[in-house]
Amino acid sequence: MLRYLVNRIIAFIPTLLGVSILVFLAIRMVPGDQITAMLGTEAGMLTQAQRAALEEYFGLDKPIVEQYFSWLGNALRGNLGYSVRHGEEVTKLILNHFPVTLELAFLSVAIALIIGLPIGIMAAIRHNSLLDLFGRIISMLGLSVPNFLLGTLIIYVLSVVFGILPNSGNYVDFHEDPVLNLQQLIFPAFAMGFSFAASVMRMTRSSMLEVLGDDYVRTARAKGLRERSVVLVHALRNALIPVVTLIGVEIGYLLGGAFIVEQIFSLPGIGRLAVGAISQRNYALIQGVTLFVALNFVVINLVVDVIYAAIDPRISYDRKA
Amino acid sequence: MLSRRIRHIFPVVVIVIALLGAALPLNAQGNTLIMARAIDATGIDPHTQTAFASLALLNMIYEPLVITNHNLEISPALAESWEFADDAMTLTFKLREGVKFHDGSDFTADDVIASYTRILDEATGAAARTNYVSIQSMEAPDPYTVIFHLSTPDVPLLTAMTSINAAILPSELIENGDPTTTAIGTGPFKLDSWVPEEVTRLSANPDWWGEGPFVDGVEIRIIPDEASILAALRAGTIDFAMMNDPLVATLLIDDPNIKLARTPALDYHVLQLRAAVEPLDKLEVRQAISCAIDRQEVVDSAALGEGRVTGPLTMPAFALPTSELFCYEKDLEKARELLASVGLQDGFTLPVMVANAEPPTALSEAQSIQAQLAEINIKVEIEPLELSVYVDRWLAADFTACVALNGGRTDPYTMYARYWQYGARFEQVAGYVDDELDSLMKQGQRETDPAKRLEIFHELERQLTEKSPWIWLYAGYKYTAYQPYVKGWEPIANDALYFLYEVSLER
Repeated sequence: MLRYLVNRIIAFIPTLLGVSILVFLAIRMVPGDQITAMLGTEAGMLTQAQRAALEEYFGLDKPIVEQYFSWLGNALRGNLGYSVRHGEEVTKLILNHFPVTLELAFLSVAIALIIGLPIGIMAAIRHNSLLDLFGRIISMLGLSVPNFLLGTLIIYVLSVVFGILPNSGNYVDFHEDPVLNLQQLIFPAFAMGFSFAASVMRMTRSSMLEVLGDDYVRTARAKGLRERSVVLVHALRNALIPVVTLIGVEIGYLLGGAFIVEQIFSLPGIGRLAVGAISQRNYALIQGVTLFVALNFVVINLVVDVIYAAIDPRISYDRKA
Repeated sequence: MLSRRIRHIFPVVVIVIALLGAALPLNAQGNTLIMARAIDATGIDPHTQTAFASLALLNMIYEPLVITNHNLEISPALAESWEFADDAMTLTFKLREGVKFHDGSDFTADDVIASYTRILDEATGAAARTNYVSIQSMEAPDPYTVIFHLSTPDVPLLTAMTSINAAILPSELIENGDPTTTAIGTGPFKLDSWVPEEVTRLSANPDWWGEGPFVDGVEIRIIPDEASILAALRAGTIDFAMMNDPLVATLLIDDPNIKLARTPALDYHVLQLRAAVEPLDKLEVRQAISCAIDRQEVVDSAALGEGRVTGPLTMPAFALPTSELFCYEKDLEKARELLASVGLQDGFTLPVMVANAEPPTALSEAQSIQAQLAEINIKVEIEPLELSVYVDRWLAADFTACVALNGGRTDPYTMYARYWQYGARFEQVAGYVDDELDSLMKQGQRETDPAKRLEIFHELERQLTEKSPWIWLYAGYKYTAYQPYVKGWEPIANDALYFLYEVSLER
């Protein structure tokens, strides 16, 4: 197991290096730089000398290769650069914005599981019943309604119908005001979690249906076990494996920041940081955020693989000859 | 069996309902104005910022020597009075006494000279520098008088000086501090904190020389989606908002609980043609395009009628009535004749570059033009581009035609000096210049008699529409929306939040 972990962690290095080079080149190939992003067409009013001064200020005056290696050298030392726009270290900016995204991600996964798992299980048990039909309608809705639409609708209903709107650009941290914080996050988390709930529901239903037909479930029933323990103890554990994969992938995405939902609900998370960075051509920040998101992704994947082994005794990462 | 299941779901339902129920109204309170807008400032150095969003914030904090008042006239700010010499070669300011910077230091002539020296220094990177290059030297005979000596007669310089790009910074900050990270002005509000893309907090400056502010401070929240700003207004969590998208702002017109202020903007929506490119090099072709476009229809279809058809000059003091301008009445017959006269009755293909969502109406404007020009066989090919790509190509004059929203000024010379004269910075982008336009611009820069200047610019406007290097379409509105208890707000065409000092809250 340890050996497996070490191997996987070593494999992170080429992945992250590849991501960093790709992003580094990609953002520089896109037209425009921080100067035109800041000044727009007014950038054309600058004289040569003025432009040179600004390039030096934004660190654009050095050759690309030199820029990359100096960035890489610093990144290895944990310094992801400096955002001139924010007047702050990139590392610090990411760490400041990450808790919002993290909390949002876990809340939406929680919401997805609370909605998706029970309905999925019951739909499988009561296959082709009214409840099953209801579950399928909900999951079709969840999969086909994009989260920006759902988010906008939620905002509309809250503000126009109920005259309340906990989020209006005044995000508070959990430790400052837990109640207000949850109020602010529950709706965006729902907007994001709803479509995920639909996938969880479908996945749970179909894998439960599969497992419920298996021999060992029949044996469990034949032993005279109560239906409740057949379903929850014997069937569910096996049926959960694909659901765990799904959750792992989803959390990986969610930790990359909910670009659109954070924007609509004006939450200061990683997604909003990234959107701002891209529109301002804030190279250091784009690079830092992407690297961080990529790192999250590979780590989460590893965690999911480890969890497999815990749920399913048949899976083991120890090589036994 | 069923009842047991319900018992299991019950606690979950209770928790969700409790959370929903706990989301009580969180209305704005106190004597601080809570404001929202979609776009944040890109920096706090008034000399280098050009984005509207930055200027709007900075003119709460900083002040220039002179400002533009509600009637778009030049009025005193840090200068109490000023005088041009008859030859327009020297400009003398008498400064306001007893003004203090936010750090408590006194405002004197040294600060004025230090600030203009910084703007003119190429190392500063001030994009507006070109507006002040006629300043050759400055002197301060006493601490409250500054004399600007000019290299050429430059009447519009005074208008250029109303810009926040000509804000006066303390000389101490310029010499020993960093204006890109520290904001010390003389304005009605002090900058307490700026968290980019999130929130900016300002407090009232108790030592401000004018009357006000009547609020304790202003909190500017960035809500990136204008529909969410609208929702926040309706939910009462914010007091005041700036909006850009007419399609969102107009949703408030019939809302009895929210006030919507529209001010005619000076910025103009335009179809820029490049007369340097065939077949736009033919006067008849450009005129035909002008005659074939019903500008009101562009406003109606792209901006829900939220705008007024305008010629090149959008400032009321100089604008001619559109009825006096060439082909402002759609005339298809004439358009077809003009095209036929140069053998193009079968039309041609016109590529039109458009920036995505900048302005929000850009694409719809292009589509309206496309439909209208199809009537004279001109096939418009719309090229939608991401904003930075668009800006790059615009600056490189790498396009045949484009839909643009260009900035307006209160003085026609300052507004168009970059386009319509020989050697202008954007001569290539404008794509057209001739002796008459060049000479009118030069006269307008020199002339000190207001009546004669007016005549010069009327002539410029007539010529610009007749020669049709561009097709001016319309000027939109600036929107501010606010709760009924926000009193005393009078918006101004140049977006200035300076006048928030007049606002009071009567919750």
